[in-house]
Amino acid sequence: MPKSNARAGMDRRRLVKSGLVLAAAQLASPFVIRARAADAVRIGLDNPLTGTYAAPGKNELIGCQMALAGINAKGGILGRPVELVVEDSTSGDAGAAVQKARKLIESDKVDFLLGNVNSSLALAMAQVSNEKGVLHVVPGGHTDAITGASCHWNVFRVCNTTQMEANAVAGALVKEYGKKFYYITPDYSFGHTLETGMVKAIAALGGEKVGGDLVPLGSVDFSSYLIKAQAMNPDVIIFLVQGDDMLNALKQAVQFGLDKKVHLAGAQQEMEPLEGLPPEARIGTWVMEWYWNQPGVPHVAEFVEATKKRTGRVPTARTWFGYVSTWTCAHAAESAKSLKAVDMAKALQDFRLPPEIALGPNPVIYRAGQNQLIASLFVGDAQAKGAAPDDLFKVTKVVNGAEAAGPVGESGCKMTWPT
Amino acid sequence: MTRGEAALGGLRSRGLDVAVGLALLFMPFWMGAIGGYTELASRIVVMGLAAMSLNFLLGFTGVLSFGHAAYFGLGAYGAAMAIKYLGAGTIPAMGLGVLVATFAAMVIGALIVKRRGVYFAMVTIAFGQVFYFLAFRWNDVTGGDDGLTGWRRLPIDFGFVRLDIVGSDKAFYYFALAIFAVCVGAMAMLLASPFGRTLIAIRENERRARFLGVPIDFHIWLSFVISCLFVSVAGALYALLNNFTDPRALRFDLSGNLVIMAVLGGMRSFWGPLIGAAIFVALQDYVSSHTENWMSVIGLVFVLVVRFFPRGVLGMLRNPAKA
Amino acid sequence: MTQVVLFNIFNGLIVGAFYALMALGLSLILNLSGVINFAHGGFLALGAYLAYTLIPYIGFWGALIVAPLLTAAIGLVVERVLIRPLYGGDPLYGLLLTFGLAYIFEDMTRFVWGAQSLPFQVPAWLTTSLSSQFFFVTGYRVFMVVIVVATVGGLFAVLNHTRLGMRIRAGTRDLDTVSTLGVNIRVLRSLNFGIGIYIAGLAGVLAAGLLGLSPTIGASLIMPSFVAIIVGGLGSLLGTLLGGLLIGIASGVTAVYLPSATEAVMYVMMGLVLLVRPRGLLGEEGRLH
Repeated sequence: MPKSNARAGMDRRRLVKSGLVLAAAQLASPFVIRARAADAVRIGLDNPLTGTYAAPGKNELIGCQMALAGINAKGGILGRPVELVVEDSTSGDAGAAVQKARKLIESDKVDFLLGNVNSSLALAMAQVSNEKGVLHVVPGGHTDAITGASCHWNVFRVCNTTQMEANAVAGALVKEYGKKFYYITPDYSFGHTLETGMVKAIAALGGEKVGGDLVPLGSVDFSSYLIKAQAMNPDVIIFLVQGDDMLNALKQAVQFGLDKKVHLAGAQQEMEPLEGLPPEARIGTWVMEWYWNQPGVPHVAEFVEATKKRTGRVPTARTWFGYVSTWTCAHAAESAKSLKAVDMAKALQDFRLPPEIALGPNPVIYRAGQNQLIASLFVGDAQAKGAAPDDLFKVTKVVNGAEAAGPVGESGCKMTWPT
Repeated sequence: MTRGEAALGGLRSRGLDVAVGLALLFMPFWMGAIGGYTELASRIVVMGLAAMSLNFLLGFTGVLSFGHAAYFGLGAYGAAMAIKYLGAGTIPAMGLGVLVATFAAMVIGALIVKRRGVYFAMVTIAFGQVFYFLAFRWNDVTGGDDGLTGWRRLPIDFGFVRLDIVGSDKAFYYFALAIFAVCVGAMAMLLASPFGRTLIAIRENERRARFLGVPIDFHIWLSFVISCLFVSVAGALYALLNNFTDPRALRFDLSGNLVIMAVLGGMRSFWGPLIGAAIFVALQDYVSSHTENWMSVIGLVFVLVVRFFPRGVLGMLRNPAKA
Repeated sequence: MTQVVLFNIFNGLIVGAFYALMALGLSLILNLSGVINFAHGGFLALGAYLAYTLIPYIGFWGALIVAPLLTAAIGLVVERVLIRPLYGGDPLYGLLLTFGLAYIFEDMTRFVWGAQSLPFQVPAWLTTSLSSQFFFVTGYRVFMVVIVVATVGGLFAVLNHTRLGMRIRAGTRDLDTVSTLGVNIRVLRSLNFGIGIYIAGLAGVLAAGLLGLSPTIGASLIMPSFVAIIVGGLGSLLGTLLGGLLIGIASGVTAVYLPSATEAVMYVMMGLVLLVRPRGLLGEEGRLH
């Protein structure tokens, strides 16, 4: 026994020693690997690459990378090459997101900060970017506060506010399906504001809320909520849950045959969960913030082709968010002829994006005083399959964001500029 | 060497104390040279304190708690809520966080003190989840999934001098370091005291200690409470560091990370967990910047430590022959 | 209203049965080997993903049989290489190792199959409701209950009527004596682990029919298993079964009156059990101290 033990001990010690040497070598090389072109302009992306929001996060990253290629092909920003520095914010750890934001700003010295899919992480990062005075574009964090009560002069947002989404889809629902609505709402701030927005928009058109349930995030089983919903006899059940929760809810609703008795609908819908649904569960009326199948709109087909070549799949709204965010940085700098955040932020007020980035039928503008991008909203129905593969959504109406958005005063944003 | 330190079996040597002290004192300055940044240094100090607090229970009393994130998080939320809702100053806010967490530890400790081993671990995991769940669901109070935002740490006014821990990362680092030093000093004194020696006796052979008339349950309970108290200080610092706190601070991920930090650095040594925390935090920061598969790397670290370095870095450096 | 309550109790039983299935696998491994398998959720996800990959080739029923077996095979390898060296040591190390494995599993499933949710296709005739009145009783849920009952029945049959089962039961009481009696406890522990993982894989396939299939599916289901074991009592498989069912029913009933508290009720139950009867409902005193 002792002999084999001794040998095992020797082998283990050698393994350990070599391991330590390897590890030390790895840890010593950070500044080697991170050496960058000294004169490059750097854009920092602090977005989820792991966890529940990994799928939208990765699509946003792809959009950023495509924009980056385009920007560098056109000579970069102010004549300098552009680099994208990517960090994983994780899907929910605010500490990690804030840490990475600080790392990007202090250590990597980025000129722009992008992120986050998770609204609360976006807010936390906005606090850091505001403290450090860095231009910050939020591609896909939806909470209204980002361009509302918690707005900052240096923070811009690409995706819609919940109120805009609610306003866009409410009309279609009340007109087509009836006046009695039941709500299945995720129990966190995004869900609450979305429901408030929906209820308001629908009430304005004569609809009423006959009941609703606040569903814990990450719920696995929706049967009790669906049972209750059915008992209330609504015309429409509104699913405000997102991502995997929406997947579960829809799957189970269809298994219950509820779609045959009641119309199913909701506000925000995205390609990512739709792709995860079995075909028979791809139903309901929703609003998407951007859709790839836009016949007749210039430049869209090229964007779709370029994305397909890169990933094999069509671009989603998230891809577009990432694309727009990165191009926004380039345009801000070119328009202000400087990389100073205040100059760039001022240049972006009421800035209209060129059509090859707008990729939609209506003008796309960053609204002054709020830094919110006003684009188009695509109302339609999910479908099991369309004319093309990947055509999972049939657009019935394109709403101009300017109509769906309330006045700036209503948003609660009181922007103050540094002196 | 004092008698207490001798009783600790040379777990701390003066030389190591000085080395660690110097390294910490100048960390913001040498951090940058190897690709770090001041906030990372603050994070290491905070996590180091948390890991060392856990080790008070784990390494020195021999009790496995896998739910310490709960008390870390309670300290964080307590401090954050005090600042947000009561407008409290930094020190009182931290005090409130520590108070809440310690009270919870006293209650829960009493409930679970009779369990041992695997069962104790399971129950601490479950209770950890209870608090995570509370933070997650109690939207109105804790902000739910969004976390508690809309507040930030304020400069501390000592009357005769004003410490601006808001604007300057370095200032916050030294503030955190000062708190760290106080807590660590207290822990060292406790461990060198008769109480501390009793804990080690319990770790070595619980039955014999019982035969010697030591009130085991009371000692374990007290060790648990002390450990949670210091962990909550770390939690409060963490909230101040981020100007933000969210339910992830309470999840079992963090509990597991704290344990691995203690084991990686060396459970049986006093400074081990700090070394473990430094390696783990720096490694995680570095790896996650370079690959999106950093979770696999971290998981691999867990597996490798358990299989090849169970005694941790300091454990191995102490007794290489036994490797 | 009573109708709604009844519906929810029935539904709670179904969900509880599923929780019980998962918890049983965990409990089996815990009782014999003293290892808290934190990676149990990871194995569940693996089973689901393997089934997804196999369905185009051997159909749903084929996948239902093969995927858990494949998962169990992987489990056996993991046990042999990583976990076996830890037996008899501090339970801390088993916990840490499986904790790290859980990270690796989640990351690897994301790496291989991607981060987006995948459409898991269940045979159409299973997903329809059985009647319009009891619309919530879908064929799939009944199917789940049938599988759970069959598996649990099979498990208890194996444990009570086969030599392997007898050895496992004896081993949970006193492994040293079993070893002295000439039983190869290494093989015994491996087989036990394999059975536990088989059940996890099977639970995964079932879960994927009901939920969206994404890399984080395992993490969301592991906590109820823990609570089921604590409520039911360590060391007792019947207790775990009971614990799972109780949690499910309690959640179902709570959903009627206070939907946001459906998860809380599980922890409240755990707290109560720990206060009133710390060893769990059917637990044995002195187990795993």
